[in-house]
Amino acid sequence: MLLIPCPWCGPREENEFTYGGEADIVRPVEPDSLTDSEWANYLFMRKNPRGLHHEQWVHTFGCRQWFNVQRDTVTYQITATDNLR
Amino acid sequence: MGKYSLFNLIRHGLSYHRDWSKTWRNPEPQPSYDVVLIGGGGHGLATAYYLAKEQGITNIAVLEKGWIGGGNTGRNTEIVRSNYLWDEAARIYEFSLNLWNDLSQQLNFNLMYSAKGVLSLGHTLQDMRDISRRVNANRLNGIDSELLNADQVKKMVPSINVSLDSRYPVLGASLQRRGGTARHDAVVWGFARAADALGVDVIQDCKVTGIKVQKGKVTGVDTTKGFIKSAKVGVITAGNSSVMAKMAGFRLPIESHPLQAWVSEPIKPVLDTVVMSNTVHAYISQTARGELLAGAGIDPYTGYAQRGSFSVVEGAVAAILGLFPIFSRVRLNRQWAGTVDTSPDACPIVGLTPIQGLYFNCGWGTGGYKATPGSGWVFAHTIANDKPHRLNQPFSLERFTTGHLIDEHGAAGVAH
Ligand SMILES: Cc1cc2nc3c(=O)[nH]c(=O)nc-3n(C[C@H](O)[C@H](O)[C@H](O)COP(=O)(O)OP(=O)(O)OC[C@H]3O[C@@H](n4cnc5c(N)ncnc54)[C@H](O)[C@@H]3O)c2cc1C
Ligand SMILES: [Zn+2]
Repeated sequence: MLLIPCPWCGPREENEFTYGGEADIVRPVEPDSLTDSEWANYLFMRKNPRGLHHEQWVHTFGCRQWFNVQRDTVTYQITATDNLR
Repeated sequence: MGKYSLFNLIRHGLSYHRDWSKTWRNPEPQPSYDVVLIGGGGHGLATAYYLAKEQGITNIAVLEKGWIGGGNTGRNTEIVRSNYLWDEAARIYEFSLNLWNDLSQQLNFNLMYSAKGVLSLGHTLQDMRDISRRVNANRLNGIDSELLNADQVKKMVPSINVSLDSRYPVLGASLQRRGGTARHDAVVWGFARAADALGVDVIQDCKVTGIKVQKGKVTGVDTTKGFIKSAKVGVITAGNSSVMAKMAGFRLPIESHPLQAWVSEPIKPVLDTVVMSNTVHAYISQTARGELLAGAGIDPYTGYAQRGSFSVVEGAVAAILGLFPIFSRVRLNRQWAGTVDTSPDACPIVGLTPIQGLYFNCGWGTGGYKATPGSGWVFAHTIANDKPHRLNQPFSLERFTTGHLIDEHGAAGVAH
């Protein structure tokens, strides 16, 4: 089980959180002018790195805040969090 | 390669079984091949076998970074079935299920395929509506599928708790009688041995570290055993597929998640069918050795460690004990995880890529074991002809651009 350091509540068990996938995917500013392959890129293509991953979590059963986490997908070690403020 | 037969068993018995030939050679790689396949799991080895047998291409290497079957193929819970909802998925899984029938004879290796039936339980009214929709869709596609009520489930599986007071009351189930299990290690060894006998080089301990591309065409691969030249490269690396695609300069709609399973200590025969439930994220069967074999849904986060969180095991075990209170004092023996390549529509990606001569077969996620022979068959066809077979045409990478997704989450999202 991961021990996730919520920037607001401190380290808590993974069960209190919900995983939110890859971070920093920017919503298209002009969706009307997007090509099909740009849509595919935005909606479906993912980095899915073996190693450092920037990802989103929400403290569902806690403060209910979203925040970003930098986690290694091989060691599962969390090396940074960002409270998005 | 000596044929496995009763006659040879007796003959070798006379010499105390000391001179059986090796099951497969362990060759060093040649400098170049007609086709290089990356990944020695079931799908990669099946691809090699069908390339040699059906497509007449035998100058092939299968490169495996660890030992063959060390990936998801050797870690799964062995469930085989074809009762998928949509026509495209139903066709490829049904094609595959039919291949299992005489695969042991074809490969001259006992795969222990046992059509013991697969029950998918429903616990809510909505579950039952979804199940009957799927059963009807299956039947329209000519796939055997039955709708059972709770009494019929209880009759088939006397040890199950169908009380309406239970945490997850069983309201009914779908049943595919031709579904069942097959021994996963045997599938790997059987395909490796048969491919080897046809001249395929199965090379273990050989990690691919780079995919060489020149002017949009693949020219070979860098490996821990040196550069290997080939104008055709097939990538069948399951959870590691995004890493491989990055080597070739593109991205995939794949995320790699831990998926866990476990076995109990062996006990007397008690469960002669496969019981699964999407709603409670759990499924269970009993192996020929007597172990209860069970598994959960994926861990929520991405991860390549072949390791997941204990809370997922705990949740699935609790659900299973709700269904089978009789197992409450059975002890677990071993627990493990694989790295599954999940796709947005819970369907595989099998076909061409933006690079000429480079083919990908991935995205089978939590449920590709059952498709091992069919996947190998259509992928071999795709590589040999540089164009997808009718059965894998819908499973192109392009579907994420055209929007023609095949949403099998209902049938495959959790279950296997
Ligand atoms: C716990 C669990 C339970 C499951 N249960 C079921 C089930 O009941 N029914 C079902 O149908 N499916 C099930 N599945 C899914 C099924 O196991 C997979 O879809 C299927 O085995 C994939 O086969 P494969 O050959 O593509 O992948 P793998 O068997 O994972 O083979 C890929 C191989 O590629 C190798 N590789 C990766 N990178 C490199 C590299 N750079 N160089 C060389 N080699 C490389 C790996 O070492 C690996 O051996 C389950 C999976 C898991 C983990
Ligand atoms: Zn918090």
